Amino acid sequence: MSDTQTFLDTLKARSPHYKAEPTWIAARRQAGAARFEALGFPTRRDEEWKYTDVRSIAQGNFALADNAEFSQASAAALTLPIDAYRLTFVDGVFSSALSDLDSLPSSVQVLPLSKALVENHEAVGGPLGRLTGVDFSPFAALNTAFMEEGAVVRIAPGTVVEKPILLQFLSRAGQPVMCHPRILVEAGGRSEATLIEHYTGESEATNFTNVVGELMLDRGAILAHYKLQEAPLGDMHVASIHVEQSRDTRYTSYNLSLGGALVRNDLISDLNGQGAETNFLGLFFGQGRQHVDNHTKVNHNAPLTFSNENYKGILDDRAHGVFNGKVYVKRDSQKIEGFQSNQNLLLSDRAHIDAKPELEIYADDVKCSHGTTTGQLDEEAIYALRTRGIDEATARGLLTLAFAGEVLDKVSLDAIAERVELAVAGKLPERFNLAGLVEAAAALND
Amino acid sequence: MASEEMEQLVRREYKDGFVTDIESDTLPPGLDENTIAFISNKKGEPEWMLEWRLDAYRQWLKMEAPSWAHLDYPPIDYQSISYFSAPKRPEDRPQSLDEVDPKLLETYEKLGIPLHERAALAGVAVDAVFDSVSVATTFKKQLGEAGVIFCSISEAIRDYPELIKQYLGTVVPVADNYFAALNSAVFTDGSFVFVPEGVTCPMELSTYFRINAANTGQFERTLIICESRAQVSYLEGCTAPMRDENQLHAAVVELVALDDAYIKYSTVQNWYPGDENGVGGIYNFVTKRGDCRGDRSRISWTQVETGSAITWKYPSCVLRGKDSIGEFYSVAVTNGRQQADTGTKMIHIGEGTRSYIVAKGISAGRSDQSYRGLVKIGPRAKGARNFTQCDSLLIGDKCGAHTFPYQEIGNSTATIEHEATTSKIGEDQLFYCQSRGISEEDAVSMIVNGFCKDVFQELPMEFAVEAEALLNVTLEGAVG
Amino acid sequence: MLQVNDLHVSVEGNEILKGLTLTIKAGEVHAIMGPNGAGKSTLSAVIAGKDGYEVTQGTITFEGKDVLEMEIEERAQAGLLLGFQYPVEIPGVKNIYLLKSALNAQRVARGEGEMPAPEFMKLVKEKLGYMKMDASFLQRAVNEGFSGGEKKRNEILQMLVLQPKLAMLDEIDSGLDIDAMKIVADGVNSLRAEDRAILLVTHYQRLLDYIVPDKVHVLVDGRIVKTGDAELAKQLEANGYEGIEESVA
Repeated sequence: MSDTQTFLDTLKARSPHYKAEPTWIAARRQAGAARFEALGFPTRRDEEWKYTDVRSIAQGNFALADNAEFSQASAAALTLPIDAYRLTFVDGVFSSALSDLDSLPSSVQVLPLSKALVENHEAVGGPLGRLTGVDFSPFAALNTAFMEEGAVVRIAPGTVVEKPILLQFLSRAGQPVMCHPRILVEAGGRSEATLIEHYTGESEATNFTNVVGELMLDRGAILAHYKLQEAPLGDMHVASIHVEQSRDTRYTSYNLSLGGALVRNDLISDLNGQGAETNFLGLFFGQGRQHVDNHTKVNHNAPLTFSNENYKGILDDRAHGVFNGKVYVKRDSQKIEGFQSNQNLLLSDRAHIDAKPELEIYADDVKCSHGTTTGQLDEEAIYALRTRGIDEATARGLLTLAFAGEVLDKVSLDAIAERVELAVAGKLPERFNLAGLVEAAAALND
Repeated sequence: MASEEMEQLVRREYKDGFVTDIESDTLPPGLDENTIAFISNKKGEPEWMLEWRLDAYRQWLKMEAPSWAHLDYPPIDYQSISYFSAPKRPEDRPQSLDEVDPKLLETYEKLGIPLHERAALAGVAVDAVFDSVSVATTFKKQLGEAGVIFCSISEAIRDYPELIKQYLGTVVPVADNYFAALNSAVFTDGSFVFVPEGVTCPMELSTYFRINAANTGQFERTLIICESRAQVSYLEGCTAPMRDENQLHAAVVELVALDDAYIKYSTVQNWYPGDENGVGGIYNFVTKRGDCRGDRSRISWTQVETGSAITWKYPSCVLRGKDSIGEFYSVAVTNGRQQADTGTKMIHIGEGTRSYIVAKGISAGRSDQSYRGLVKIGPRAKGARNFTQCDSLLIGDKCGAHTFPYQEIGNSTATIEHEATTSKIGEDQLFYCQSRGISEEDAVSMIVNGFCKDVFQELPMEFAVEAEALLNVTLEGAVG
Repeated sequence: MLQVNDLHVSVEGNEILKGLTLTIKAGEVHAIMGPNGAGKSTLSAVIAGKDGYEVTQGTITFEGKDVLEMEIEERAQAGLLLGFQYPVEIPGVKNIYLLKSALNAQRVARGEGEMPAPEFMKLVKEKLGYMKMDASFLQRAVNEGFSGGEKKRNEILQMLVLQPKLAMLDEIDSGLDIDAMKIVADGVNSLRAEDRAILLVTHYQRLLDYIVPDKVHVLVDGRIVKTGDAELAKQLEANGYEGIEESVA
């Protein structure tokens, strides 16, 4: 039996669940399944998947979860200590017990997809799938075939959402399951909001999450989008996030990837209106045999659009990192600026990074550049630290942490910056002697 | 600048487009095992060489043309190409310059390569490949005294079979890629250089390639070997006449550098690029690879690419020897409807290996240009270093400039840096020059030459001058 | 405390120090003055262990130990601390990390335990106050985006926290306005103690108005050509180095 067939069989067995759904959903589900069947899982012969082998997903046998049971106490321990409007999903299933939408203003809607469909499925049907169609990738097709749950966020024009909107995805240990969440965000004109996707779970979990996000920013909207991926180290994680930006919008992605056995992020911004600006900040850390693949693409489809990207990777043990960043400038998109930077640190001789920063440019009056470095810590800085009595290993540890810090410094939510810094310090090899240091410094800050 | 002026600047004539009117001995179009046997026979090759070719051909049949390049061209009909075209009197090939057909010499004159003078004044030994056959090699004697072998590959197969057997196909295996396999099956001529241990080649070696006959493919094969502590600088120039149909050029160049050897390979490529509507022009699919087999060996590629309708070319270095060095300096200029996908591969295998890449791309007209490069650091390449600088200049708003660098890094002690920028000629730069009394055209030429400076300074002197001139012709006025 | 004997040092084959001898005792403040290129900065760099300096002859001992045999950090842990003329910027490494790591390294080397966080915080805040620096400064990256004066104050702050036995200050006055100079000088003066020595390397006498040295050495062409007390510095100010050079020649 082919890998594809296992998934199609699971879908077939699930079909009784879908009997009563609106016809448009059934049609898309069918289109997704057909597309997935035709494409199959990608292989490394596929340029987009040249450095990432997805056999561990393809050859898996993942069930679908049918409940959202999770102890309040363990959920509380995993939850970000942030005052936020919160939706929680357990293995993809919505948990109202672990969600909290208290005091959500009426100008903001935050709904689980299932509920949004019940309330007004046509309002979902329009935007859903508009940015990420089934042709985008086999995983997008698979997600469409299995879509059941997720989050719908609608922000009325002019609304400034005071608290972050937190979408929390918890992964449970036990029989491997998969989920295919859909995230749909419609940010009205001149609205301002912070969205956090947080992936975490029980450390023994071995599940597969395949999320598709579609974010639409109407004129002048500002959206900060955090993706804090702390999935259990046995989890597979595939995310396809597509952002559509109209005039004068500003989108900032903070893609912080720490967990997961196999991680693939696709992040795409379409800059469709003048004055639109996108910022991609990324930090990925891999250890053990983790595989982390970040594919980003900025499409400058309109003149006077701006993009700025900074991705940093730290890889230890036998971890494998991939960075593929593309800046595309459409014909006649004049006076755009696109900057991209990728820096990687390998901490072990068996760690591996494949980097591919790309520029594809069809307009002449542009300012585009990219730089990527993989290499060594600054010897001058190591010397300076040693003259203060700090041994070389600790000096290297501090500089490695500092390397991550250059991205974390731009994270405006302190709770997230501190959490990631602590996590990175804790994950760095013991020889770096950083244990305790970061905590003490954080304590000093309070 | 007014778009009209720009148009004018972009439009330019191909100055090397003339056809030499001499009779040639041409094989009718078509490719099968008989064609290969014919070529091998015509060359008086031994049986093992024919077998080698047939092996390549059989592998080629099973292969597919690569599709990953950022290039758009119709499928090539390999049966419509003629695989052999030799100037007449092959049996009675000229033995010295005096015997060379005066019309050929005239051709070189028109190309601005006064063979005699150039050879005599600059001390350059020239091996001129006209269509498929090497017509004259100068300065053989002087080179022979130094122990350097410089001859056509056909001669080498006859006269130095052991060297050929030892090295041919060891850098670019017969089935390395689609075009290399085709070349291995049907190559007709090319140069062979052998510099023995400890010898610094007393002069720069040079080859001119020219495709003349219609419907002809040119498949030259070059093999350069530098033994321990040997050094050579090799120059290659390419031109072709204007023709309405596309002509195929699929060359293979193999370089082998043993311990402490240094090979410098410079190319000025000016194949016919087709007219402004994209009619005609050379399809240039070239596999060039150097093998730094020895410790501390060094291979340096410098190329100035202004011609061809399609360019698919990635001169590469396999850095096997400890502390070996690979270099790639490139200027590529595309105009009209030209498409180029070019760059390099630096494969770091040995400890302490270093590579430098400087690629400058200039796109004008409706052309499309991509830099594609691979830097690969193997697990044993401790302390390997790479620095890549990759800059694009766009002239006009109908062209494209792209950068696709691949980095595959598997050693924590490696240091890899890549920088790329894309820009246009600044209005303020132009204004500044003009306000100093420099004409716009000269200003553009100055700025573009400045943009390419890092690469031009790598070229041997007489080539650098030619390259600058060529660049100016290619971009004649082409700005806005 | 510090004994430098017939020290010869080369940089890239050029001999910079040509037989320098110097003894510093606990409780003393020494100043080394000299024209540009005399080798002033070379001396402190060699004592701190910077790469690229080749000691071709001579010895350096600190409290009886051979300094040249010690790793860079061992020298600092032993109490030899260099304040740089041009402190390097270390993006991303917070000052607080540097201070805490350095202090702990020193304490561990002495066989003391790490300093508990509250005690450390108290210490750092006290010293910050002394240098008139804001607490927010601790969360900033080491020297990154600092003005010249801030960098120098940061060097002194590190000295105050780490309490070296021998503080070497290389051109600590360069690039300082008069107010910053006073703060820096106050910091340095507060370091003066019976069991501590200070070595100032400076081109100008100005600093010595604020930090009065016990001994002044004039370094010319890789050798100490004259030693005196604070008065010597004033003479130099009046007559310049040329007079000294001539008298030596």
